[in-house]
Amino acid sequence: MLSKRIIVCLDVREGRTTKGVRFQNNVDVGDPVEMAQQYYEEGTDELVFYDIGASPTHKDIMIDVVRSVARKIFIPFAVGGGLRSVEDMRRVLLAGADKVSIDTAAVRNPDLITEGARRFGSQCVVLGMQARRVGPSADIPSGYEVFIEAAATATGLDAVRWARQAEELGAGEICLNSIDADGTEDGYELAVTRMVSEAVSIPVIASGGAGTPEHLREVLTEGKADAALIASMVHYGKYSIAEMKNHLAEHGLPVRTDW
Amino acid sequence: MKDRVTIVDYRAGNLTSVQLAVEKTGRRVLVTDEPERVRVAPRVIFPGVGAAPAAMGELRRAGLHEALADYAATGRPLLGICLGAQIILEHSEEGDVPCLRLLKGEVRRLEVPAEAKVPHMGWNAVRFVRPHPVWDGIESGSQFYFVHSYAPVPAGDEAPMGVTDYHGEFVSALGRANIVACQFHPERSGRIGLRLLDNFLSWNP
Repeated sequence: MLSKRIIVCLDVREGRTTKGVRFQNNVDVGDPVEMAQQYYEEGTDELVFYDIGASPTHKDIMIDVVRSVARKIFIPFAVGGGLRSVEDMRRVLLAGADKVSIDTAAVRNPDLITEGARRFGSQCVVLGMQARRVGPSADIPSGYEVFIEAAATATGLDAVRWARQAEELGAGEICLNSIDADGTEDGYELAVTRMVSEAVSIPVIASGGAGTPEHLREVLTEGKADAALIASMVHYGKYSIAEMKNHLAEHGLPVRTDW
Repeated sequence: MKDRVTIVDYRAGNLTSVQLAVEKTGRRVLVTDEPERVRVAPRVIFPGVGAAPAAMGELRRAGLHEALADYAATGRPLLGICLGAQIILEHSEEGDVPCLRLLKGEVRRLEVPAEAKVPHMGWNAVRFVRPHPVWDGIESGSQFYFVHSYAPVPAGDEAPMGVTDYHGEFVSALGRANIVACQFHPERSGRIGLRLLDNFLSWNP
């Protein structure tokens, strides 16, 4: 049976891992290459690196991080943040990443999803989506709206419709982050995760809000997610990946327990 | 020379991870798209992601389809990975395209219920159905990383080496004589995947 995946997320700014709440107050939590290797050895199923740097050289710094990570870990990893063109995607994939995650650029230029899938394969293209609870309306029937630019700008797009459209355009996976839950450690936003997961036939990664192993169980069952993204739960040493997997296994969820 | 590994490049996806994983096991790697280099290689890995028709088109254009057949006939070891584990068969349902015919059988789309997700993406167990040197030190039921929508359907009972359950069983590892092939990605399957690669790289059929 296919295992539910636990994916550790590292926000990388100018070559260092940071962690914030609702995209603010980021603090340094370590070296991304060392952290990646540690999580690899501790049993994460996959990793995601988001480049949140803004310096003139942040893209080159990120490529160096990707190159170093690719020599240390032998599980899939994705890279996102600031990728705006097929050329940006090509650079991180050639540096050793397996997947690219595009978010703001995909909303501005949906053809980027199609072109990326055509050039590198759908399995390489992850649609990153920031959804905020706004309540159902004629334009936003699901009640969740897509935001871009680090969750600062509303798009008028309905999260479920955008997920379906991205799948049609060629996205191979969707990483759905709840802006409301992000960094709260109060649990994932189950409703939107379930709606999106039921609306598409590609895997959905739930993101934002994880605080306990039980939150992972909830989103992987009630939320119907295929994978759960975690960050602060492990960055601050509160839980080990093994503890989370044991919790999931005790509740009958298929997980990878030998690594 | 003896420990050199040749990886066939036919523009079917990114070879960086395969190369780095092989290098991690201590071997030197030659990545090539030249048929003559494939023919004389001591050991070949045939990876690939993407669609069968484009892959077969590129292999024919580059003359690699004949080079791979000639190489396989030498009896030296060949490892197919993912798309490379599919198009070594005779035919693919994906685009209804003739393939390399190194093993008997065909490639079919995964048969799953309507609500199941395709591609089959993530970690899943491989149950060994026949002993093989590439399984040395690996337990049957170990999990490997998969990303695919089609799967090999080898003819007869001889070729299957491992099976995986995704809404029904499919053959996830196969082989015959000097050829082994896995639908999963050993280069992305952590310590256990590296062990499989190391086993293949030490194997003398």
